[in-house]
Amino acid sequence: MTALDSTPALSKGPTTRGEPMLSIRGLIKHFPVRSKGLVRRKVGDVHAVCDVSFDVYPHETVCIVGESGCGKTTTGRALLNLVPASDGVVMFHGKDLTKLSNKAMRPLRRDMQIVFQDPFASLDPRMTVNEIIAEPLRIHGLYGGSVAGKAKVRELLKQVGLNPEHGNRYSHEFSGGQRQRIGIARALALRPQVLVLDEPVSALDVSIQAGVINLLEDLQGELGLSYVFISHDLSVIRHIADRVVVMYLGKIVETAAVTELFQRPVHPYTQALMSAIPLPDPIKERERKRILLTGDVPSPVSPPTGCRFRTRCPKFANDLNNMQREWCVNVEPALEPKFDDHPAACHFAGARTDILELGEAKDEIHPPLAPWPTTRPSDEVASRPPACLPNDPPREVQRLSDAVVVDEEGQLVEANGDGA
Amino acid sequence: MTTESSLDVNLEKRTDDDGALLTVDNLTVSFPTDDGVVNAVRGVSYVLKPGEALGIVGESGSGKSVSSMAVMGLLPKNAQINGSVRFRGDELLGNTEKEFQRIRGDKIAMIFQDPLTSLNPVYSIGFQIAEAVLAHNDVSKNEARDRAIELLQTVGIPFPEQRIANYPHEMSGGMRQRVVIAIAMANNPDVIIADEPTTALDVTVQAQVLEALEAAREATGAALVLITHDLGIIAGHAERICVMYAGKLVETGSVEDVFYRPRMPYTIGLLGSLPRMDRPTERLTPIKGSPPSMVNMKPGCPFTPRCPMAQPVCDEQEPELLPIGTTDHSSACHFRDEVAKADAMSLFGQSSDDAVLEAPEVTA
Repeated sequence: MTALDSTPALSKGPTTRGEPMLSIRGLIKHFPVRSKGLVRRKVGDVHAVCDVSFDVYPHETVCIVGESGCGKTTTGRALLNLVPASDGVVMFHGKDLTKLSNKAMRPLRRDMQIVFQDPFASLDPRMTVNEIIAEPLRIHGLYGGSVAGKAKVRELLKQVGLNPEHGNRYSHEFSGGQRQRIGIARALALRPQVLVLDEPVSALDVSIQAGVINLLEDLQGELGLSYVFISHDLSVIRHIADRVVVMYLGKIVETAAVTELFQRPVHPYTQALMSAIPLPDPIKERERKRILLTGDVPSPVSPPTGCRFRTRCPKFANDLNNMQREWCVNVEPALEPKFDDHPAACHFAGARTDILELGEAKDEIHPPLAPWPTTRPSDEVASRPPACLPNDPPREVQRLSDAVVVDEEGQLVEANGDGA
Repeated sequence: MTTESSLDVNLEKRTDDDGALLTVDNLTVSFPTDDGVVNAVRGVSYVLKPGEALGIVGESGSGKSVSSMAVMGLLPKNAQINGSVRFRGDELLGNTEKEFQRIRGDKIAMIFQDPLTSLNPVYSIGFQIAEAVLAHNDVSKNEARDRAIELLQTVGIPFPEQRIANYPHEMSGGMRQRVVIAIAMANNPDVIIADEPTTALDVTVQAQVLEALEAAREATGAALVLITHDLGIIAGHAERICVMYAGKLVETGSVEDVFYRPRMPYTIGLLGSLPRMDRPTERLTPIKGSPPSMVNMKPGCPFTPRCPMAQPVCDEQEPELLPIGTTDHSSACHFRDEVAKADAMSLFGQSSDDAVLEAPEVTA
């Protein structure tokens, strides 16, 4: 590595942006669920990704965060056209990738590469490291002669902090961190502009993980890459992201620049996620406020109506009255700005600053731009089908009486009983 | 089954080892393999006091799981175990399987990482909890069933009366792990050993399970040995911490001492390589290289090849775990006094290289 160490790796927060490099609009990916038996009738859909839109600017790191099953990996793959999207647009250099054939897609793959989570499964055990890294060059006809090609591979190995002498070894001779570096070298071989990193450090021990994260920062500074960084670990995200997209059950619930998000998360899910991550600081960790979610993520085959988070939402269970709950049950919250450049999908969003105890930021808190609704949702608004299910029949609007029975998992047990 | 008389003996012996509940003394575990002897644990000593929460932290392969399996007598037959493990003064090593069975689950309980493999798929969870109760208590099946419901309530499973008829596959990962915790606390054990209890779970579920573990501790008053690689979990749930590296404890002390005043370069590096959610970090300080192979280990400090403070003496002599001053904060480093002044950034730098490779760097 060159003298990059002295230069700050990344400027955090919104920078001079220009045109987005990658524009994702209304991305939907449903996987069919088929019945058992001979006919294998389609019996439903797994709503893996529902109406996801965001932009990736040049030289920017966009992090997608969420728990398992929230659709973050599917989003990453769909935007590389590795799984065909059910609907939506992925614009890259003026082309809609979702409409391209495999053949038309191939030259574009040079510009968009992916690094997978498991460095043990993503490298062919029967190829030497040199062959692994040379493979994309050969496929795209960039290897050149054997002298030039070998020099390119050596250069790549050096670039990811590996010893080029070891290029003739097989992947099993390397440690996990080194293997992940090989995966990164392979992805960099074609000099891409966008790198999708799918949980690139989750399988690594912390002391090794730090080296790979530093490497990714250096490479971004050196090569001007855009990253789509998929992770479940908010600590890593706070460190590496410029912009964060929080997903829950296939939908974006909140997105903001990294400092903004950590200073005043507004969506109850983001707040709960932040409070659930343990801090490596004994005094802080013991004194922190903790928002405990009940239950588990619902099945993406039949996501809850209205707001998908409402079944686990502490706000829905504890703070809202029935008029307000009607919004959550019947109306899918749109992703709209709560603060400048800080949209969230919650009818009753409210900033919290006590989760990470960022005391100094408290004075800057302004009331959110979007006020809470004060009346019941009208039938017309409430019966509108959600964006992601165009073929569903109009739904019946649920009216909640004063006594709403919510069980311990926040599931609505009884919607219109008169007392329990 | 514990008879009256043996209970009395136990109570008498409670004062042995200075009131310690579990004393692990110079425990070594090695496995003969085709490549040579793997020295997985190389002399681990710690003392667990009643009701205390002890965290053991280390990276994969540091021997943290193996040392706890040795305490429970769960290692395969080919493992060579030496040293001493005393529970209330009674030596556990060398016990027969039958003697171990009397202690396991009753006095010392264990929670494993993967709840799907530690539960039996063909029995309902109610049966499996009741089984644990019946194994050590002379109660009727109905009483055991009632106890199972009560336990499920404690670990926060809603509608326990209906849930006991469920099979493990009908529950989510977090629910299953709570069932495992319920089984572990079924006999009010004195010690619960939790080996990476939340590693397979999502963070919001992890928080729920840790809450259930705290509830179990509160209900039973058990001491906890919490094994994890996550320093954040240790910070919130342990009072004392042991840092393991290459089969040895390299630093022990209160969590405050070890987190705020680390005295071993490895601990400093580990803390420096953690990205922090509660404050912006400019640059992480990785530890270069990777942990040593546990086969045919070289003499000297095992951290030497990765240690920026290494001196010739580190290659020759393995430092002992010695107390710092008169505190209960100990570290295994020849330069434990000099380390006090160091910080991660100046020690480990911030490069992204993964140097420390054997072959010399080739110049282009």
